[in-house]
Amino acid sequence: MGLIAPLSLDDAVAALGDHPDALVLAGGTDLMVAVNGSHRRLTGDETVVAVGRVAELRGWEHDPVAATVRIGAGVTYAELAAPPLAELLPALAQAARTVGSPQIRNAATIGGNLATCSPAGDGLPVLSALDAVVELRGPGGVRSVPVGEFMTGVKRTDRRPGELITAVTLPLLDGWQGYAKVGVRNAMVIAIASACLAVDTPARAVRLALGSVAPTILRASAAEAFAAGAVDWAAATVPPAERDRFAALAAAAARPIDDHRSSAAYRRRAVEVLAGRLLRRAFPER
Amino acid sequence: MEQYRLHVNGTAHDVADAWLGESLLYVLRERLGLVGAKGACEEGECGSCSVLVDGKLVCSCLVLAASAVDQPVVTVEGLAEPGAPTDVQRAFVTAGAVQCGFCTPGLVMAAHALLERNPAPTDTEIREELSGNICRCTGYGRLIEAVEQVAVERRRA
Repeated sequence: MGLIAPLSLDDAVAALGDHPDALVLAGGTDLMVAVNGSHRRLTGDETVVAVGRVAELRGWEHDPVAATVRIGAGVTYAELAAPPLAELLPALAQAARTVGSPQIRNAATIGGNLATCSPAGDGLPVLSALDAVVELRGPGGVRSVPVGEFMTGVKRTDRRPGELITAVTLPLLDGWQGYAKVGVRNAMVIAIASACLAVDTPARAVRLALGSVAPTILRASAAEAFAAGAVDWAAATVPPAERDRFAALAAAAARPIDDHRSSAAYRRRAVEVLAGRLLRRAFPER
Repeated sequence: MEQYRLHVNGTAHDVADAWLGESLLYVLRERLGLVGAKGACEEGECGSCSVLVDGKLVCSCLVLAASAVDQPVVTVEGLAEPGAPTDVQRAFVTAGAVQCGFCTPGLVMAAHALLERNPAPTDTEIREELSGNICRCTGYGRLIEAVEQVAVERRRA
């Protein structure tokens, strides 16, 4: 009962193995909001495992041979938004820069974004578009799960009791990538709609992930398949009419709801605009 | 009940009989009597509770106090001796960037953190870096002038 603050990954995994129902505290930007608002009481009968000082979770590695970057779950948005990570993964950096404020970005982590699994989580459309793989460690050992399978619903994931999210591995694609978001202002804002578009030029593929328009992040597969054929890969252009069709297919993939932040109709239209805008940035008109 | 030791403004403080869920903001204000950091939204939106933990600007309302052991904490009280305000604090006064004063400690912390990271910020960079601190009085213009003024003075020095 109480707080456990391990300094090594082994100790963190052991602590969670002993207390499978413990709350995992990383940057605190979700958990402490719930605690302060009394949505989640912490009276001392609970166990909190604070992983903020586990060194193994704080680092990242670039593997040029495999063309991947493995990012520790404790890497913050401030680190993702700045070089050198921002140069390797520009869409993730763009998404990171839209998160909260400098104070929030200094604390909030990519692992926490995955663990909370809000449909509006800003990092998640990027992880989805890039086909990231989530790494978990628990009493049963290490497990890797494609991010699309990891996110199972609104604030629901495939993480099992006693497991810790340790890292996420992203492929480095050869092609333009970007993130765009609609909210009420340019800071401290939860996405009303968001999208990440990533081009894989050698594969002649366009990937599009949508946020805040379904219980969890969606891949707009029909729009992706259409784009693969609509792009003139030799000239790196897309005719405007085809771009509009791509945007309409993205909107059709959305399954938004009405809530206090936006209407479903507005979200569907926002996704259409974002998808078209991202495709135009990827393949600018000449 | 939790017992732990915090290091705030260079001084060790023993905290006893605390509840597990207490935020750093709560402990600073209610247990240690350091009331510079202000409590308002308690969800990381307003920035009035900004402090440095391990050199990073964070909202102290979102830090679990018991997890901040062994990390230096700096609050607005730790920036300067009484009667000898910092260049940022002086610039806030001369630029008229202080009105009701509630947001001021958080903004002073954010302005210091910004100028540490970026000694010559543009107007846009200042606005982006201070976007986590809400001020309902000034309209931000004089705050931004104050930060620009400090940046110029530091370059001259």
